[in-house]
Amino acid sequence: MHESAATLPGGMLAGMDAEVVFRARGLTKVYRMGEVEVVALREVDLDLYGGEFVVLLGPSGSGKSTLLNILGGLDSATSGQVWYSGHDLTAANERELTEFRRDHVGFVFQFYNLIPSLTARENVAAVTEIATRPMAPEAALELVGMGRRLDHFPAQLSGGEQQRVAIARAIAKNPAVLLCDEPTGALDSATGIVVLEALQRANEELGTTTVVITHNMVIAEMANRVIRMADGQIAGSELNPVRKAPRELHW
Amino acid sequence: MRALDRKLWRDLWQMRGMALAISLVMIGGISTFVMSRVTYESLLVTQQRYYVDQRFAQVFASLVRAPESVAERLVALPGVNQAETRVVAPVNLEVEGFEDPITGRIVSLPEFGEPRLNVPFLRRGRLPEPRADNEIAISEDFAEAHGLQPGDRLAAVIRGHRKRLDIVGIALSPEYMYAIPPGALFPDYERYGILWMNRKALATAFDMDGAFNDVAFTLQRGASEQDLVDEVDRVLARYGGLGAYGRKDQFSHRFITEELRGLETMATIFPVIFLGVAAFLLNVVITRLVATEREQIGTLKAFGYSTLQVGAHYLKLVLAISAGGILAGIALGLWFAKGLGGIYQEFYSFPYLHFQLDPLILGQAVLVSLVAVLAGTIVAVRRAAALPPAEGMRPEPPPVYRATFVERLGLQRRLAEPTRMIVRHVTRQPVKAGLTMLGIAAACSILMMTNFQRDAINWMMEVQYGLSSREDLTVLFTDPTPRRALYSLQSLDGVSHAEGFRAVPARLVHGHRSYRTAVDGIEPGTELYRVLDAELRPVPIPAEGVVLTEYLAEEILQIRPGQVLTIEVLEGSRPVLEVPVAGLTRQYLGVNAYMSRDALNRLMREGPAISGARLSVDSEQQVEIYRRLREMPRVAGTVVRDTAIEQFNEMMEQTILYFSFITALLGGFIAFGVVYNSARIALSERSRELASLRVLGFTQGEVGYILLGEIGLLTLLAIPLGFLFGLGLSGYLAVAFSSDLYRIALIVEPKTYALAALIVLVSFAITAALIWRKLSRLDLVEVLKTRE
Repeated sequence: MHESAATLPGGMLAGMDAEVVFRARGLTKVYRMGEVEVVALREVDLDLYGGEFVVLLGPSGSGKSTLLNILGGLDSATSGQVWYSGHDLTAANERELTEFRRDHVGFVFQFYNLIPSLTARENVAAVTEIATRPMAPEAALELVGMGRRLDHFPAQLSGGEQQRVAIARAIAKNPAVLLCDEPTGALDSATGIVVLEALQRANEELGTTTVVITHNMVIAEMANRVIRMADGQIAGSELNPVRKAPRELHW
Repeated sequence: MRALDRKLWRDLWQMRGMALAISLVMIGGISTFVMSRVTYESLLVTQQRYYVDQRFAQVFASLVRAPESVAERLVALPGVNQAETRVVAPVNLEVEGFEDPITGRIVSLPEFGEPRLNVPFLRRGRLPEPRADNEIAISEDFAEAHGLQPGDRLAAVIRGHRKRLDIVGIALSPEYMYAIPPGALFPDYERYGILWMNRKALATAFDMDGAFNDVAFTLQRGASEQDLVDEVDRVLARYGGLGAYGRKDQFSHRFITEELRGLETMATIFPVIFLGVAAFLLNVVITRLVATEREQIGTLKAFGYSTLQVGAHYLKLVLAISAGGILAGIALGLWFAKGLGGIYQEFYSFPYLHFQLDPLILGQAVLVSLVAVLAGTIVAVRRAAALPPAEGMRPEPPPVYRATFVERLGLQRRLAEPTRMIVRHVTRQPVKAGLTMLGIAAACSILMMTNFQRDAINWMMEVQYGLSSREDLTVLFTDPTPRRALYSLQSLDGVSHAEGFRAVPARLVHGHRSYRTAVDGIEPGTELYRVLDAELRPVPIPAEGVVLTEYLAEEILQIRPGQVLTIEVLEGSRPVLEVPVAGLTRQYLGVNAYMSRDALNRLMREGPAISGARLSVDSEQQVEIYRRLREMPRVAGTVVRDTAIEQFNEMMEQTILYFSFITALLGGFIAFGVVYNSARIALSERSRELASLRVLGFTQGEVGYILLGEIGLLTLLAIPLGFLFGLGLSGYLAVAFSSDLYRIALIVEPKTYALAALIVLVSFAITAALIWRKLSRLDLVEVLKTRE
């Protein structure tokens, strides 16, 4: 078996539904920046299982965001293949990718990316309106502890609050997978922990497969599984024998 | 409401300043379109209905005198539907308390029953009773000019017989919607009136019993107008026929037709400019909006919004911005149309105005606007819609700056750092800078065009009255009169100089082209009436040959000096003369053919006869001179020059003021719209940069200079460009409006340039004040925190 492959034999995750949600094989991404070619991903193999909470660790430029974007259907690979629940994403066209994102994926970004002209509730509603089986925006916001700030605009919310709204927006559609790119990167540690709690709660209560990108090693301690990336490749994948609660984390 | 629609309204509110500026420009385009089209159609419908209701004739002919029995032959001509003979007589009028000479035209009404053709439209009172000897109806313009009412009286001198007449009615006629006294160039409602009188009474006074000197026809469906004209000319030739003509040559009708053509031109030029500018502004604003909302677009797409949905969102925004402009433009256009229609109604003596609101015009307005709006924004909207979500998440690459051409020339040492930033920023986006300049230049040119019309008319008047026709009074005789009559005019107290002229009605023919006018025989070396060459220098009339107005020679007859012109005289023994064209003359009002009086007398095989005289008089004795002239039986009428000019200026002032007001307002809209939007976009694009400079210690003034200096520079550069466009547009108008009635010279006064530039600069000043306020509120910390 490939040493760096982040694939596990079935049943190795104790107490977890071992259904494979994402399967990537030989995933390669090359960017062309002017005359320079940048290889962001090299031959990555990866399986993500239903309901697991994965932390993707790695320094900046290691390819984690590129991987996340390809998994989420935001970007396409140069070569290799990705399957989502048996559907080949690499073969999907623009319209199919849009539908995939709409129905199955929730994103959380480092800078929240809320629509500044919409309130918390409306930001969530913008997504639930186009989803097939959404929860009420208010319920999603309640879940992340923002039930009392429904009608605030992003400019009236702190960074942590904005990120919680962003999480509510991501989970409100009941996605199969939640992809978070440095969700605490712009926050202080206390606020970051509140956000991580919201993510964990969503993962536990809704059973959403959750991938969190970070370069903060501490956060890895709350994961089911930690995947390390370096130079566009997977450098290692390990299961956490004991998961810490976000409250127990310090950085 | 969907969340995305809420975003739309809030975005719109955020950019309300820019949206308003764009709306103003759109309002300019749509309102002028709606105004011109609606006024045009309303006038057209009114004209048609008026013509039908009053049974306006289709062929007209005047003659010296024919027995009534000839009427039967005329009615029997092929193609005639209806024919009606009339007596039309020149008249001198006296209104109590008004000293100036008044001339007029009395038109006969059939003794019994309504006129079959050219029925007067009765505004008040009634038409003269059958057999009533002293009753008249008078034209409304004349009545209003003197405050005359039914029941008032006036005195008329017909063929030397003084008659007191009772006004019984006030009327209008499609024949005299634009009534110009003989020998004059403009309507003069105080000194020229149209009167209607019973045929019998008029014929008796005018020595026309059992005869007629005017006839009008309508045609059978499908009959040829030209054939009838030829037939009528043939029949009337022995009765001194002055040449029949169709409705298209009827003076009043022609003038209105020309004017309507002008409205059509307006309905094209203005909307094209305004909507073009609006499209450009929308392009700039939407492109900028899409750039600032890159991440939002990326996020929406990441969450599953499709390309189509994102595109629709921005398209809706564009439509929301335009909708206000379109609706307000239509409303304003209709309001303008009412005002303009009213002015036209008065100016051209329409008895009523059928305000015609064709939904098709509104449909066209909406369609044209939408095409312009979409053309301006479709690229930006498509770019927004097609943005790959992952790319939207990444910040835009930093803009590429280069050393400018100016700098490469080594001039940078002379430019301070802020100035260098301005120059670099302008040259970095040459297309946008160029379009901004074009927009401002368009505003400048529209403002210029407005005042150009006034300049051109002033110039026309100056040439006509300052250089060419410099007499104080023109006296017209009833018939050709021996030249020695001049001596009795000259001997009047207060007359310092008198010059005779011989005017012969004629048809000028060259090949298959022809034109009806009068050949004007003038004394060589006259001082009061001078013929001008292309440089507007007075030129002597050659002893032989005819001199033609440029427009008449080049555009109408297509004849060159040296070629032979056929002159079919429509008077006396009606000789047909072959006369070489000796030269061309420039004049802006009317077209004429000039000959030496001697030569004309010789060709007419008559002695030294004159048709009238031009006088230069002492203004103090003018009233007495009028009185004496009235007593002379051969004097058919007197035209006073100064009052004609005043009257004309007054009339033009009204119409032109209205247009000036509208176009200055709309030109200001464009200027403000372009300048404000450019500055506002620059502020949005560069607020981080400017805030950084403020943090580094630049004052608000210095930062303001960098921002406003750029748009100020473009504004200054745009003004001369606008002058150039303005000249081009004015030149186009001059060509488009040229006709044998008048030509517009391309004359632009310095004042006109100055005013156009001033309004553009004021727009800049207002913008600068608004932007200054925004700059003072620039939140340094917040701006530096937000990620671009």
